Amino acid sequence: MALNISGAIEGSFQLIGGNFATAGEASTQLKLKLTNLGVHEDIIRRAAIATFEAEMNVIIYAAAGRLHYYITQQSIKIRVEDMGPGIEDISLAMQEGYSTAPEWVREMGWGAGMGLPNMKKNSDKFSIDSVVGEGTTVEMVINFS
Amino acid sequence: MTLKEIAEILNAALITDSEYPDINIQNACSADMMSAVLYYHTPNSLLITGLTQPHVIRTAEIAGIKTIVFVLNKKPDDSTIELARQKNIPLLSTPCCMYTASGRLYQAGLPGCLNK
Amino acid sequence: MKLSELVEKLALDVKTFKDGLQIEIKGAYVSDLLSDVMANAGKCDIWITLQTHLNIVAVASMKGLAGIIIVGNRPVQEEVLKKAEEEKIAILTTPKPAFEVAGKIYQMLK
Repeated sequence: MALNISGAIEGSFQLIGGNFATAGEASTQLKLKLTNLGVHEDIIRRAAIATFEAEMNVIIYAAAGRLHYYITQQSIKIRVEDMGPGIEDISLAMQEGYSTAPEWVREMGWGAGMGLPNMKKNSDKFSIDSVVGEGTTVEMVINFS
Repeated sequence: MTLKEIAEILNAALITDSEYPDINIQNACSADMMSAVLYYHTPNSLLITGLTQPHVIRTAEIAGIKTIVFVLNKKPDDSTIELARQKNIPLLSTPCCMYTASGRLYQAGLPGCLNK
Repeated sequence: MKLSELVEKLALDVKTFKDGLQIEIKGAYVSDLLSDVMANAGKCDIWITLQTHLNIVAVASMKGLAGIIIVGNRPVQEEVLKKAEEEKIAILTTPKPAFEVAGKIYQMLK
């Protein structure tokens, strides 16, 4: 598969906590970018789902954050950093079904405890780093082949 | 199953368009939890949900959902409808609850999304 | 139809309140939103959901639901099961998605 990528393409999106009206816009734009580059649709879907879940986590839990992407011939790397409350117990947070989301978030259809598992499931490489009271950084790599 | 057939089975009204777009729906997913939609989706799916906010449209777009049916006569606001038009995702609204909507479509032969 | 019949026909995994399977099911309700179930589910309905938050037990108890079917292979936390046992709420699980479970029950209850 020939991709229209020479060198690397990178960029970032600013994410604002609590802004449900535009939640998902960054992921949608990234999806469009990958489509235009000729990436296979199954790979795009995985990248889009992983990015969208990470973006929603910032919208739901943090005050603000930044989504950075780095695309090469081989892969896309997505890093999402937020200024949020941080995660106390990462292994617990990674468990499917575990969530600390408040009721209003669940009533909007989020907080099922599937976000982090969904990110991990859809990436080839997944790492998470968090400091309570400072924020969380998620890094995901999705290979193109 | 075509959109027109689905609308007839559910007594549903088309919100986004004046005519039924030619879409072939192959399976359906009933959920309010958006991560589940992202997790269980299969291509060419119909989403049956009780939520009508714009992020539902974006979830559908990311998951590759082709059409959304809102249950209990719920109508999204203009911003949601506009977003759905931009993303080419037709919206329907049915008086049925999620149980009845799922039951009728399943009875008519529409399968569920495969659990992956 | 008795809940036990549903358990058998759908091959549901009974997680809690095994003594409560003789209850007669009047209908079914599908939703993942607690407020929706509080507002719209009927007494002795079987509740089909992906929601596994602890509060599902309280909602089922307050509404007098026949039980909760948790779909899609969702793991249920130990504290939820413990609470359901205390409150005498049957929790049943299945790998099948909500749409299919609803579809099958719809055909059985007709």
